[in-house]
Amino acid sequence: MSEMRYEAPTTLAAAVVLLSETMGSARVLAGGTDLLIQMRAGRISPELLIDIKGIPEMTSILVENGCYRVGAAVTGMQLIEHEAFAKEWPGVIDGVKLIGSIQVKGRATLGGNLCNASPAADSVPALIAAGAVVSIIGPAGGREVAVETIATGPGRTSLARGEIVTSILLPRRTPYCGDAYLRFTPRTEMDIAVVGAGVSLTLDEQGFCRQARVALGAVAERALLVPEAAAALIGTRVDAAALERLAAAARAASRPIDDKRATREFRLKIAGVMAHRAAEIALERARRRN
Amino acid sequence: MARHQVTATVNGDAVEFLCETGETLLEVLRDELNLTGTKEGCGTGDCGACSVTVDGRLVCSCLVLGVEAEGRSIETIEGMAVGADLHVLQRKFLEHDALQCGICMSGILIASRSLLERNPDPTESEVRFWLAGNLCRCTGYHKIVEAVLDAAREMRGA
Ligand SMILES: Cc1cc2nc3c(=O)[nH]c(=O)nc-3n(C[C@H](O)[C@H](O)[C@H](O)COP(=O)(O)OP(=O)(O)OC[C@H]3O[C@@H](n4cnc5c(N)ncnc54)[C@H](O)[C@@H]3O)c2cc1C
Ligand code: FES
Ligand code: FES
Repeated sequence: MSEMRYEAPTTLAAAVVLLSETMGSARVLAGGTDLLIQMRAGRISPELLIDIKGIPEMTSILVENGCYRVGAAVTGMQLIEHEAFAKEWPGVIDGVKLIGSIQVKGRATLGGNLCNASPAADSVPALIAAGAVVSIIGPAGGREVAVETIATGPGRTSLARGEIVTSILLPRRTPYCGDAYLRFTPRTEMDIAVVGAGVSLTLDEQGFCRQARVALGAVAERALLVPEAAAALIGTRVDAAALERLAAAARAASRPIDDKRATREFRLKIAGVMAHRAAEIALERARRRN
Repeated sequence: MARHQVTATVNGDAVEFLCETGETLLEVLRDELNLTGTKEGCGTGDCGACSVTVDGRLVCSCLVLGVEAEGRSIETIEGMAVGADLHVLQRKFLEHDALQCGICMSGILIASRSLLERNPDPTESEVRFWLAGNLCRCTGYHKIVEAVLDAAREMRGA
């Protein structure tokens, strides 16, 4: 550990060069709330830490053609305190608010929550439901991908060597749209999701659901987009029957593990319950928003 | 090469220290700067005993690297009382017997001050949510919450 170097580049280009040219292991350091713990536990011992918080585009929340672009190193508290963002994306905020304590959220970033690739990461199902697009920069240039393609399994991502997530772009909001994220945990605060569910939906003026996205966390090796669950809502008034079909589709898409936090059977049942309740909250928010 | 020279402000005073990349801000405060009021409970962000503010932002100093303090302003428990004058929160914690062993206390005081700076009139549940990252194994929290609410009342002049 005493050999470990630290760099705080102020441009994306410099960060990419550092990350791709280091011979040994280099790690991006955002809030460090996952990384420092993994280092302390001896699970990783990087040769170089690249602190990205000094790069302006990584730490700003911008509005671009009416869409929010959130820098990957924006912290949870920064986002929660951004009132206009919180009004547009209450479901994303639901997820961010659940990331540890106030202290943890003062450091934890969206990019870190995503790239740490925990299947239980709380902001990720909400971002998937939102239809977020991730901007990535690397030695071969930039690319954009859907947020659900980043994590591939616990602690594993689809990022190539030298690639950094720079920002997360959320789509434009329209009238009658709403989103929500809910998780089940044994404690109300400071716990890891047993199951999480994110729902984003849009109604038309008659109250029929025109568009929907549903995502589940902690029920598979990564957060899942569940199109069958969204299909159960589209074209309906999101009535009891539609919500029951949504819950059934959520259960069917889940492939959870058994562990000390919950049994497989319990997770399957709760996946349906969380999706159902998140959809009801999203619906309520969509009705209020015109 | 891996040893960094860092310049920061701690409780209003300019400080300079040397640290390794892997050293946390908590280690720097306690072992380099002899500010041992900030405690280590877990070292993993779970207990909040190490709470400080960095540029006004409440964080766990066990999850911040010393080198990240470069150019920043850090506030610890040592800066809370002015000379012999306790901060209202400190006084109220004493009045309400809101501490027993005291290991959690500096973190809870720093976190409570940070809450009252943002929200001078919090509800009981707002206090409980804000302090959810500060564990206390002695008091059962009730007296802590009472002390924070009472301090808020006094600070508002109500
Ligand atoms: C006490 C405690 C409670 C917690 N509770 C929760 C919880 O309830 N829910 C939850 O979801 N999480 C929780 N966490 C986990 C953690 O806080 C989050 O995952 C957080 O969002 C991680 O962000 P970070 O900025 O701290 O990431 P870091 O630790 O800085 O980085 C995490 C990983 O992502 C990589 N990385 C970071 N940014 C980028 C980027 N822009 N491009 C490429 N790679 C990058 C890093 O190299 C590292 O491998 C908790 C953590 C603690 C300590
Ligand atoms: S010592 Fe930092 S949170 Fe416990
Ligand atoms: S007084 Fe002992 S832990 Fe809080």
